[in-house]
Amino acid sequence: MQPFTTHTGNVAPLDRANVDTDQIIPKQFLKRIERTGFGQFLFFDWRFLPDGSADPAFELNQPIRQGASILLARRNFGCGSSREHAPWALDDYGFRAVIAPTFADIFFNNCFQNGMLPVKLDEADVDELFRRAAAAEAAGHPYRLTVDLRACEVRDDGGFTRSFAVDPFRRHCLLEGLDNIGLSLKHVDKIAVWEDAHGLAPLQGGEIG
Amino acid sequence: MPAPRTLLDKIWDDHLVCSPDGEQPLIYIDRHLVHEVTSAQAFEGLRVAGRRVRRPEATFATPDHNIPTTDRRLPIADPISKQQIDTLRSNCREFGVRLFDLGDADQGIVHVIGPELGITQPGMTIVCGDSHTATHGALGALAFGIGTSEVEHVLATQTLRQSKPKSFEVRVEGELHPGVTAKDLVLYLIGRLTTEGGTGYVIEYTGPCIRRLGMEERMTVCNMSIEAGARAGMIAPDQITFDYLRGRDLVPKDFDRAVAQWAILPSDAGARYDRSETFSGGDVVPQVTWGTNPAQVVGVDATVPDPASMNDPSDRSSASRALEYMGLESGTPIAAIPIDRVFIGSCTNSRIEDLRAAASVVRGHTVSSRVRAMVVPGSGRVKRQAEAEGLDQVFTAAGFEWREAGCSMCLGMNPDTLAPGERCASTSNRNFEGRQGKGGRTHLVSPAMAAAAAVAGHFTDIRQWRYL
Repeated sequence: MQPFTTHTGNVAPLDRANVDTDQIIPKQFLKRIERTGFGQFLFFDWRFLPDGSADPAFELNQPIRQGASILLARRNFGCGSSREHAPWALDDYGFRAVIAPTFADIFFNNCFQNGMLPVKLDEADVDELFRRAAAAEAAGHPYRLTVDLRACEVRDDGGFTRSFAVDPFRRHCLLEGLDNIGLSLKHVDKIAVWEDAHGLAPLQGGEIG
Repeated sequence: MPAPRTLLDKIWDDHLVCSPDGEQPLIYIDRHLVHEVTSAQAFEGLRVAGRRVRRPEATFATPDHNIPTTDRRLPIADPISKQQIDTLRSNCREFGVRLFDLGDADQGIVHVIGPELGITQPGMTIVCGDSHTATHGALGALAFGIGTSEVEHVLATQTLRQSKPKSFEVRVEGELHPGVTAKDLVLYLIGRLTTEGGTGYVIEYTGPCIRRLGMEERMTVCNMSIEAGARAGMIAPDQITFDYLRGRDLVPKDFDRAVAQWAILPSDAGARYDRSETFSGGDVVPQVTWGTNPAQVVGVDATVPDPASMNDPSDRSSASRALEYMGLESGTPIAAIPIDRVFIGSCTNSRIEDLRAAASVVRGHTVSSRVRAMVVPGSGRVKRQAEAEGLDQVFTAAGFEWREAGCSMCLGMNPDTLAPGERCASTSNRNFEGRQGKGGRTHLVSPAMAAAAAVAGHFTDIRQWRYL
């Protein structure tokens, strides 16, 4: 897994609550059997008009937001289906972090599996970031933020600094880019003990790992 | 004396494999359900790493999301869909996983066949790469949806990294009025809990109103827990649960001994929940969603709400956007909204009792000339049972299409979709923008309400229905 340590990039504000995974990656693109190549379908139904051209009204299509790598959204981001295609699509499009007041549980988990950092900030702080992004864009330049997982901090170069909470184990895995399965398989003896205690037959041909 | 424990505590404690310092705990997974859309990349990951499935006998697969519901003897027309189904087949063969394939008598929606075959049992931990895995909690299991990386983790280790979720008791007093169903109850609860009220929690539904629900009704309630943000919903097992399971294919051979173990699962008196809320079943009327998330819901006797009347600015902007997408005006009576399509199916409402309820409404009536309506049974077994009872004849005589089992128009991955602007009364679980087809407008309702809407051509209060 790609590690996440510190990332500085442009912010794409998406001022909507309850952005569900059906919007992030519509179902017609879930037929592929690869993990890659989903970025072209990100927010497809919002991003493109029926004739296939980019919808100029959609937030991410603003010229100033091209190349943005930090998505700023409202509460309950990623609700709905468990499809990991949602973080795959965000990642493939170029996003490395998503900032919102709250996230849906499954989407939140899925981000950590893909070296992408979901950051929860208070609603008032998210409001402030939307204001700062709007001001920067009104002045003709994209809004830049740094998301620092070592310091657990989000900051800009205009005096905004907020710390955020993250589960210490998940933080460790993300900083190091660890293979979760490999890590769990170190406890394979404990798994076998559990199975034995619950009457499950021992595995044939020894343990895996 | 040990501290009183909740149902969640008991299942959690029993499945904790280890809790190493500085790591998230590992919990054991008893049953892993697999379907075609969220598993291919997981099996590929195993192959690349040279790993195998640790407990193939605990793993069950079926294609459901991306399959046609028309004649099963015909080949799948869409080559990309066909490749996804073929990939599931070859993965199950290679890794020794039992597959209920297309054409198998027991194929069906993964959350319908789990309980139906007795794969789902009280006290188990059950996962699937699908957010509606919460359905299985109706039998007193801890069941929740996971992403594809976690699917791979479970395949390889039969465990999952999990921090213990918080517990949320949703207590429902009283009883439902005639005509009001489990679907109306859960939509009503989501409307009050909001789409994220359950985030971080496992909901345990308790109280006399819940106890009175039959097994399949309980599944409908637990199924939609995720729409309130809760990864899992559960209901303590009781005699209704045991009676439902007795005699099913994959239940323990010594069933009475199993029942004795399951009987100690319900939460102890005095067990503490992290949060509790109480509702009254008698307050619930038949529900219809008007917006683009399941919490945007009102009674059938109400009108489309006015965003200006909402206090929260975020609710207000969501509601305005939703009304624009849905093509609705504030103040319009719900019963005056005409519909174009009706979908009866999905892991929420495609079981035999759902089809019986819908058929009893339809019997002797005809589908409105402006409506195209379809029934998609949840499994091959449900379909055969319905046909044995003549329900298929009731539906087709009235003008409904009668289809093969699958997820179908709940998410419209297969050819069953809404056209832009079409308005649908649907027994499914999500009314998100484009969920049933780009530009499609979904209203979530119970099977009886969907059936009545098909006949009337618009929403209508099932409590005043003229049964023939």
